[in-house]
Amino acid sequence: MYEFIAFYIFAISTVVLFGITVMSKNVLYAMTSLAGGMVMISGFFFLLGADFLGVVQLIVYVGAVMALYAFAMMFFDATKDIKEKHQNPTLTIVLGALMALVFVFIFSAPIIGENIEALYPVVEGVGNAQAVGMVLFTKYLVPFELAAVMLLVAMIAGIILAGKKMDHSLTTHDDAVDEVLHHRFESESDAIHDAEKIADRAEREGAGK
Amino acid sequence: MIGVSHYLILSGLLFSIGFVGVLRRKNLLMLFFATEIMLNAVNIAFAAIGNYYGDLSGQMFAFFVIAVAASEVAVGLGLLIVLYKKYGSLDLEVIANMKG
Repeated sequence: MYEFIAFYIFAISTVVLFGITVMSKNVLYAMTSLAGGMVMISGFFFLLGADFLGVVQLIVYVGAVMALYAFAMMFFDATKDIKEKHQNPTLTIVLGALMALVFVFIFSAPIIGENIEALYPVVEGVGNAQAVGMVLFTKYLVPFELAAVMLLVAMIAGIILAGKKMDHSLTTHDDAVDEVLHHRFESESDAIHDAEKIADRAEREGAGK
Repeated sequence: MIGVSHYLILSGLLFSIGFVGVLRRKNLLMLFFATEIMLNAVNIAFAAIGNYYGDLSGQMFAFFVIAVAASEVAVGLGLLIVLYKKYGSLDLEVIANMKG
């Protein structure tokens, strides 16, 4: 009964949040609802007994990927709405509905074919994280190492691609930067002027004594 | 009771939401969001089928999908920043320079 309630709460909130992500005009709204939807998806993993996968989903997706998006959003102008020209919205909706049907059929096909056996059955008597570790470090060791190398390559690629010309501002106009710099120099020269005046006065007072 | 078919139908629905996003979005950042939705939908299907057969392979594949998604985001966002520096926009209509 609790599983039923939890599943439907998670399902409705996920669909609504991802619908906002797809339909919203504002980048910040889309990103926030995407993060919320990913938290809800980790709820499904906990319901399915894949505890470790749920924790990884929370840490990697909500923690790392969405933080990366949030940092990347600093480079782009995220405050203004996105203008998009839609040429044929009905075609998009029809194709999406057809895709939904096709995927429901494809995904329900293995339920009909009952003769599938578990390749790596769930080990009895240990927690999910332990069972995952047993399979991951025996049968899937080579893909695991390859994934590590792939993440390293991706990290280097991200640093190289994003790191060029980091001192050059993208969002602020050059006029505004010039104005700010000019203003600062102006006030600095004012300060020097003031200091000179004070020094002059002190000198005159010293001479008077 | 919640069976595997519920999870699979939900996964198909979420994948279709992501697909609609890929079809209708013209902004590259929003296209990335839509692909993330599709990857998450596939992860739910993997976990549900793995749970149904009592098999851990589904969870393994979901882990590798998450690893691929993380590296895709790192490289993709770097490319987006380079594109934004070059064109000053992330709109596909502005960036597209091939006629067709």
